Amino acid sequence: MAPDPFYVRRLKPETDDTFTLALQPADGPSKFNFEPGQFNMVYVFGVGEIPISISGDPGDSKLLFHTTREVGLVTRAMRQLKPNDLVGLRGPFGTFWPVEDAEGKDVVIVAGGIGLAPLRPALYRILSRRDRYGRVVLLYGTRTPADILYRHELEQWRSRFDLEVYATVDRAMSGWRGNVGVVTTLIPRAPFDPRNTVAYVCGPEVMMRFTTQELQKRGVNKDAIFISMERNMKCAVGFCGRCQFGPTFVCKDGPVFRFDKVEDWLMKWEI
Amino acid sequence: MKTKSLEELIAEAAFFKDLDPSYRQMLAGCGTNVVYKPGEFIFREGDESRQFYLIRTGSVALEINLPGKGAMIIQTLNEGEVLGWSCLIPPYRKHFDGRSVKQTRAIAFDGACIGKKCEEDAKLGYEFFRRFAGIMAQRLSATRLQLLDVYAKP
Repeated sequence: MAPDPFYVRRLKPETDDTFTLALQPADGPSKFNFEPGQFNMVYVFGVGEIPISISGDPGDSKLLFHTTREVGLVTRAMRQLKPNDLVGLRGPFGTFWPVEDAEGKDVVIVAGGIGLAPLRPALYRILSRRDRYGRVVLLYGTRTPADILYRHELEQWRSRFDLEVYATVDRAMSGWRGNVGVVTTLIPRAPFDPRNTVAYVCGPEVMMRFTTQELQKRGVNKDAIFISMERNMKCAVGFCGRCQFGPTFVCKDGPVFRFDKVEDWLMKWEI
Repeated sequence: MKTKSLEELIAEAAFFKDLDPSYRQMLAGCGTNVVYKPGEFIFREGDESRQFYLIRTGSVALEINLPGKGAMIIQTLNEGEVLGWSCLIPPYRKHFDGRSVKQTRAIAFDGACIGKKCEEDAKLGYEFFRRFAGIMAQRLSATRLQLLDVYAKP
């Protein structure tokens, strides 16, 4: 349970209020294995510890990437970190996107806002074994064009012939040549076979509720939809109960859940 | 290459899916093929609304002008989608600017012509407005989600 020391190697601003930290183990170039969708507890010494999804390539064990949004005390302090500063790290924790189980099928990744961060490792993994999958579609929605995460990378992905990328924003000023509308509006025209599709969804909870409805309307089975939940976490190992979600703990039984397993709990507002 | 007739184009559109072929022929009589260049206005806010469009290719941005800020895009409509139902509902005025984002090909339907046919044939009227109701419900739901501003800072 004690955090391991990690050096900050880079801090890259992504948008106005999001940034990516690149970390390296302080005890040498040891390997750090994780599965797409898992998270770490990152400790800014003297300030606090928070869960952050791993956003880098699971095939790259040299640097460990975390993308987060500056929203509170710890993330504000984190944004001030400089190269060679030390942070503490515990992890990886939690369940992951079952990308191996999706082999032979179409994969639809639906991300909203910073929800793209925990999905990026899944996309890296799928693209590294591209021939094992059918169509791969990324549907990304965010607030405005200035809030687009990993913009450069999205443009690169968009230029690939074996990946369909559709991005939309909720609002834009005239001159924006991309799409305007919520991410759910991309689902009816996305090219995939709903009967042979696995969908991974991550974003604000309301966005995930509407997205899962739209995917089902298109014909995707509930048991082929996976979502990543977020709750306040403390221990990350299911002891403290802070992240209880119905009969489950998001830190231990999640964050990635098969939709049909948690559907009822999503509709209970008291949970 | 054979050019498709309007009736054939209507038959391929999801909006008119399962519509009786005789109705497709009637609707084709109210339609014309139109093309818009990138950046071209298809209609402006406040214009009399005489037509609605079925987008065949390209995309159209619905914009609203904000004084002091410029034009804001509130929605983009793409291939296969229907644009501009205000020609069927009083007071028959466009509520937004419609601007072609890319080169856009569409079928423009004369609202008065369609309205007359719907008045004369209640079954066609029901089929037609049932389809529009579905689109309106879908867009209302999407707009409500948009209004929630779910990606805003907590």
